[in-house]
Amino acid sequence: MERRIYLDNSATTHTDPEVLQQMLPYFSEVYGNGSSQHFFGREALVAIDAARERVAKAINAKPTEIYFTSGGTESDNWAIKGAAHAFREKGDHIITTAIEHPAVIQTCKRLEKEGFKVTYLPVTEEGFVTAKQVEEAITDKTILISVMSANNEVGTIEPIREIGAVARAHKILFHTDAVQAVGNLPIDVVKDNIDMLSMSAHKFYGPKGVGVLYKRNGVKIERFMDGGEQERNMRASTLNTPGIVGLGYAIEKAVRDMEKNNAHIAALRDYFVKEVMANISDVRYNGTTDTLRRLASNANFSFEYIEGESILMSLDLAGIAVSSGSACSSGSLEPSYVLLSLGVPIELAHGSIRFSFGKDNTMEETEYTLKKLYEVVARLREMSPLFKKFEGEQKYV
Amino acid sequence: MYNEKVMKEFANPQNVGYIEDNDGAGKVGNATCGDIMEITIKVKDNVITDAKFRTFGCAAAVATSSVATNMVIGMTVDDALKLTNAKVVEYLEGLPPQKIHCSVLAEEAIKAAIEDYRKRQAEKEAK
Repeated sequence: MERRIYLDNSATTHTDPEVLQQMLPYFSEVYGNGSSQHFFGREALVAIDAARERVAKAINAKPTEIYFTSGGTESDNWAIKGAAHAFREKGDHIITTAIEHPAVIQTCKRLEKEGFKVTYLPVTEEGFVTAKQVEEAITDKTILISVMSANNEVGTIEPIREIGAVARAHKILFHTDAVQAVGNLPIDVVKDNIDMLSMSAHKFYGPKGVGVLYKRNGVKIERFMDGGEQERNMRASTLNTPGIVGLGYAIEKAVRDMEKNNAHIAALRDYFVKEVMANISDVRYNGTTDTLRRLASNANFSFEYIEGESILMSLDLAGIAVSSGSACSSGSLEPSYVLLSLGVPIELAHGSIRFSFGKDNTMEETEYTLKKLYEVVARLREMSPLFKKFEGEQKYV
Repeated sequence: MYNEKVMKEFANPQNVGYIEDNDGAGKVGNATCGDIMEITIKVKDNVITDAKFRTFGCAAAVATSSVATNMVIGMTVDDALKLTNAKVVEYLEGLPPQKIHCSVLAEEAIKAAIEDYRKRQAEKEAK
């Protein structure tokens, strides 16, 4: 394979070399257990506390409100189950959206089995929920509202601050899965009225296997991992010092470079979208065209007459890594529930491809990807029983 | 996920197309499920002389269409009816478990094309 172009930055990002450098000593030299009292342990604890402060500063929280976890999925599980179980006496109703990440949806499904009631709010064709929708769903049994900051498949940015204000006004806990947002969007847990927030380091050029649950001081939820007294007795398990150090440096750098990175990424994405729409017939752009309400990195298309997995594998053969919402890619029989929730017809959901740009992608890579995409779409359409040759003026493909 | 053989077949599929003056045509699957396979055949003296396919589906669907059409060219209609998805999978040296249904689709598309051929033959004889 001559080329290796990575356009799946919403799935994961590489660990930034500077971040990796900061992590390395904590594998081999500063290897103490952060809970140990001796100097080996104290050295590790100093690094962990510094990382905690970096995270707190990045989202305008206090260090005592930062809990290190194994990643976004754990943070979502903990926040939602922890709140549901702590407030069971008060009520049994949870409000979320139909387009949450499986880490939230499946956690809610589990709670439904335990007897909780969950409202999955529908979204508009562009992928938005409104604060009004949330407010109208509130009952006197509602104990938790969980709405993602930005969607992983179509990149829509939800009105978190308004939803947070509604939750606050009704004295209901508000959790947001900010896994796709942290490092890409400014987040201020105070201004945004957030009680709990999940993040994952590997989405913002940090290492895999480490994340954070921000929990506002005073918010009482059940502990998730039982065992030792780590993380103020809320999350047992020996602290992952290298991962935590990496997360701290990664979030600091991501927030510092946010504007610069977003300007670069958005320029590539906007050019890519413009060219695809101009040169390929019968293509649908999934999600919103309002660039202010969409992650700079995200472009999601459905190509009519062809199936997503075959597009993905063809691009793979050309050295380009993307992801697809087709059933064939997920291993299930259903295509992306997110796209279906946006009202994308099922056959078009099967033909969806997500391109997610990152800070290290170049214009040259974007041009190469466009060229290969035209070839791939043309080849697969030629092969498709659904495709009829266009009459009259023809586009590229 | 896919082995090299499958990816090779997907990258360079044989018999892509539609035989306009076909003697039999079969189309199975639907867009809602994300798989449609259409196979057309040419038959002379009860032997399949040509077969072509058009497929809307994943890499496995394309690869199995390619292999299945290749296998039935030169076969008698009766032998082609005995083609199983297992033989197609065997030729491809295996498919991921969730992709086996694609190979079933190829078998069904061949059978549908042959049924169509026989139906047309019966109609001709009736005339």
